[in-house]
Amino acid sequence: MDSLRGKVAIVGAADTRVGIVPDATATELCVESILLALADAGLDKTQVDGLVTCNSMSQPMLYHAEAIAEYLQIFPRYCFAAGAGGGTTFSVLHHAASAIATGMAETIVIAMADSLRSGLTRDQAMLMQSATGHPQYEQPYGPTVPAYYALIAQAHMARYGTTPEHFAAVAVACRAHAARNPAAQMRDLISVDDVLASRMIADPLHLLDCSLVSDGGAAIVLTSAERARDFSQAPVYLLGIGEGHSHEHISQARSLTTSAAVESGQRAYAMAGLGPRDMDFAQLYDCFTPTVLVELEDLGFCAKGEGGDFITSAGIGPGGALPVNTHGGLLSHCHPGNPGSMFALTESVWQLRGTARDRQLAKAAVGLLHAQGGIMSSHSTLILGREAG
Amino acid sequence: MNKIQPAPGNLADAFIAGCRVGELRLQCCGNCGSYQFYPRIMCAECHGRDLSWTAASGRGSVSSFTVVRRAISAAYEAPYVVALIALEEGPTLMSHIVDCAPEDVAVGAQVRVNFAAWSDSVTLPVFTLHNN
Repeated sequence: MDSLRGKVAIVGAADTRVGIVPDATATELCVESILLALADAGLDKTQVDGLVTCNSMSQPMLYHAEAIAEYLQIFPRYCFAAGAGGGTTFSVLHHAASAIATGMAETIVIAMADSLRSGLTRDQAMLMQSATGHPQYEQPYGPTVPAYYALIAQAHMARYGTTPEHFAAVAVACRAHAARNPAAQMRDLISVDDVLASRMIADPLHLLDCSLVSDGGAAIVLTSAERARDFSQAPVYLLGIGEGHSHEHISQARSLTTSAAVESGQRAYAMAGLGPRDMDFAQLYDCFTPTVLVELEDLGFCAKGEGGDFITSAGIGPGGALPVNTHGGLLSHCHPGNPGSMFALTESVWQLRGTARDRQLAKAAVGLLHAQGGIMSSHSTLILGREAG
Repeated sequence: MNKIQPAPGNLADAFIAGCRVGELRLQCCGNCGSYQFYPRIMCAECHGRDLSWTAASGRGSVSSFTVVRRAISAAYEAPYVVALIALEEGPTLMSHIVDCAPEDVAVGAQVRVNFAAWSDSVTLPVFTLHNN
């Protein structure tokens, strides 16, 4: 089968309010994001024949996408909810693009929302956290989610001389981007010293190395490149997409310091016919600061082991050699759990349309997005562009 | 409040039975000779089904570790060291490193297995630093 390069385009994108949104349930946020994305695309509900969502932790449903379709009274021929996990967002795009290319659907809405901040009690949140590891051989040892990622960080420090200051610089850069984004949950500038002075959660990760806990939702409308020409918004084309899956539980990882982002990136670059040097920006999954450092290396923006130096020398903040997480990322914009990477997606659409206002990059023709789920387990890389290629 | 208990299952029960008698049990493949952990119904290396339990040496080294400063529940007393241990036989497992100051733990440190009660009926492996 032909490559998906240039075959589909995003013609609508929207975020709900994000951060602390106690007056809307996860279901309502999901529906709201769809209404906003359809309005952005200039579509009504009868023109949607595909719907993909992810399940919500605060309002889980057995058939989530079907329930959302029912709520909206739309009757898709292509409909499913993706399994939990940050890496699924771009896997969903992979599936949806393939569905359009093979004629399973013509116009697909992808919508994800959750209320981790307002919709879960603290006990529910801790219970959810304890369910992350292997139920027999990891969970009994009481690792927290930050602890899993701390294992990655500590191994990288031991092997490559990476320092807590390098990780902290990721949080500082994301906050500097968020300061330019009125929608972001956290906008006050922070310094490396602020990160290092924040409470230690799981060595070497401090509180400010950890992403936010938020409410919010986002949706996009995907259609064929052919149909995309008829929409009012400038289409944003899918140029490359790839995945890599190496494990689920961290104790089974092939490597603690090199992830399957290597394979997922290579597959996306190969489809796009582009490389890391062609990217004007990158939105990299930042549930904890070390993930960005490892992804920069594994996606080829710098050599293995040189992530810390790239972050502090070349720069990933506003004006840096490679702006990363131009909306503020999970660290500073918002992190409602599974939907997290959707906000990187909508932000990329706006950057490529040239409508990102105060934070618009001077050059934004092609960008890379990367999501991961589990504990650096499942990876998906997406390359989007202003031109079909 | 109780610590999180391992979910039951035939293979897990056999592993835990080993812990109760002071054995860290790994599966060994009769076809390719690989050791594996966690226990499975087949050899992860060659997919052979001829697996037998063997007692591991209990020697290993720290692949990575963290000090959990904010406990997952009241049943756990922070700070505690969660570590990935590379066993001499090859497999890696998650465990605690106990009976030491957290700052004495380092990647590459040599460790030895020990066993600790998790409930009245469950015993699990933990590790201690081994200074030659």
